[in-house]
Amino acid sequence: MTDVPAPRHIPDRLDKPLSSAIFSWEALLVVVAVAIFAINSFASPYFLDPYSLSDLTFNFTEKGLIAFAMALLIISGEIDLSVAAIIALASTMMGMAVQAGAGTPVLVLIGIVVGLGCGAFNGLLVTRLGLPSIVVTIGTMSLFRGIAFIILGDQAYKGYPESFAFFGQGYVWWVVSFELVLFLIAAVVYWFLLHRTSFGRRVFAIGNNPIAAQFSGVRVGRIKFILFCLTGLMSGIASVLITSRLGSTRPSIAQGYELEVITMVVLGGVSILGGAGSIVGVVLAAFIMGLVTFGLGLLNVPGIVMSIFIGLLLIIVIALPIVWRRLRGGR
Amino acid sequence: MKAFLKYREIWLAAAIIVLIGLISTRFPAFADPGNLRQVFNDTSILMILALGQMVVILTRSIDLSMASNLCFTGMVVAMLNAAHPAIPIPLLIIIALAVGLVLGAINGLLVWRLNIPSIVVTLGTLTIYRGATFVLSGGAWVNADKMSPEFIGFQRAAFLGIPVLSWIAILVIALFFVLMTRTALGRSIYAIGVNPTASVYTGIDVGRTKFIVFCISGMIGGLAGYLWISRYVIASVEVANGYELNIIAACVIGGISIAGGIGSVGGAVLGALFLGIISNALPVINISPFWQMAISGSAIILAVVLNARGERQQGRIILRKVEAVT
Repeated sequence: MTDVPAPRHIPDRLDKPLSSAIFSWEALLVVVAVAIFAINSFASPYFLDPYSLSDLTFNFTEKGLIAFAMALLIISGEIDLSVAAIIALASTMMGMAVQAGAGTPVLVLIGIVVGLGCGAFNGLLVTRLGLPSIVVTIGTMSLFRGIAFIILGDQAYKGYPESFAFFGQGYVWWVVSFELVLFLIAAVVYWFLLHRTSFGRRVFAIGNNPIAAQFSGVRVGRIKFILFCLTGLMSGIASVLITSRLGSTRPSIAQGYELEVITMVVLGGVSILGGAGSIVGVVLAAFIMGLVTFGLGLLNVPGIVMSIFIGLLLIIVIALPIVWRRLRGGR
Repeated sequence: MKAFLKYREIWLAAAIIVLIGLISTRFPAFADPGNLRQVFNDTSILMILALGQMVVILTRSIDLSMASNLCFTGMVVAMLNAAHPAIPIPLLIIIALAVGLVLGAINGLLVWRLNIPSIVVTLGTLTIYRGATFVLSGGAWVNADKMSPEFIGFQRAAFLGIPVLSWIAILVIALFFVLMTRTALGRSIYAIGVNPTASVYTGIDVGRTKFIVFCISGMIGGLAGYLWISRYVIASVEVANGYELNIIAACVIGGISIAGGIGSVGGAVLGALFLGIISNALPVINISPFWQMAISGSAIILAVVLNARGERQQGRIILRKVEAVT
């Protein structure tokens, strides 16, 4: 009966004994993060430099921003594979605006609005027509990136205004980048949204049992639509950051990000089957993935080999609690 | 007649015929049997892969690692061929099947024994297998001049006027047709997709069947690895990057429900053929190939919208004929 999970308990602060926090998923992630941090600092003398540590953050801030919204979406039992394609389309639109002489505020607005629009399109297809989101977003993934390819072909848009570079390259305070600040603010906002509002509880309720949620008065369709809009919005914001950091737009921008974002979310302890997860876990997973890729980068390990470590990390971290439970003779 | 029209495959076949008709109004030679044979040959690898993915999707699972498996296995056989050109091609194909089987079995074991959702397992192995290709090859390419003429020539050899690659595709289609319609395993695969709980009570070992299904998709990935490398005569880490989603797209267009239990061999073949025709026709009718992605994306969305009505019905009667008799 592998496929039929028992009804999960909706997490609640009150019924958790203190001891469970010590053995929680987040605690496991903290241990992993500290271990990788320690290994990194021993492995390379350049690691514990404030400037290099600040460079590290660029490895995860953009994907992490999307991961927050993706976490909510996956908790609700849906998925969005089109996030990277949304980045490509939004970036292309910004590129077109630059060619037309648009200024920085207009560019940011275009990025955000295009992202939101794409998310709403996904949301409408999934909620209005009742289609499975994994298929819809595989379709829109090809569609959005396809439009970027049609517009751009094999060329690239350049010539972004200098003030635009701040979003992806600017520092707010000493070595703290604008992207990192945005990441932390988003973390707090999403944490509050998911764990402290009735909206968040509804998201959990939908993920645990959409039919029961519907009958208890949760407007399932509307909440799912909002969640798709949120992932679109975050992809739009990420698009502004990436385009600003790279200073150019190519149709192949952010290729493969969708799987990295999902890896981040799943590594963060969000159940891919919906109904369980936390923002703290996602933040930790983002740090871990940033640490791994950055640490291996300092050791001159090629990017493709880093992906082995990320893949292994994903499977091992997910398998660990299951193996542990088996060994203790549990169910 | 009405019952006949209920089959998705009929509609898909009609759509493909209309598509070919429309293309041939702009470019008459497209509908030429010789050219259509060429299109079939070009689509063979995608068809084979789509069939392997289909059995996985039917059991409510997904295999995202197929393209990485293809890349790894392709590199193994290409390097073997470059180092020992004396190894005969049939043996290389058996090696490819075995390597693919091992990679698929790893996925299957993780899904079966540890109960990790397949999307998570194969998301992990997707990156691991491709990374392993880099470790194996040291980032180097194996290109045409290092491969033996037999390695490249085998699938191009014509038999009864049709290339061996097409024959392999036809053989795989036939095998899958027998598997899905004439064997207990095929029935179990459908049953698990329709209702996993009921399957357990009817004595089907759901976990083990899923393991077998991943072994099948692994072997298919391995076979496609040899076919891909010998067709495009270059083995590198970049081979078939991102192709896993094309494979799933072919299944979706072919009417295979991502929620499991619904789909057929004919659907998967026609879905792959549909994508193959689009990519073959675009340059012929003077549309930039950059349109390809957007067109296949729209086709996927359209296909799901059209399929949605069929999928809403809960469950599906597997033994249609028996029911008609009683």
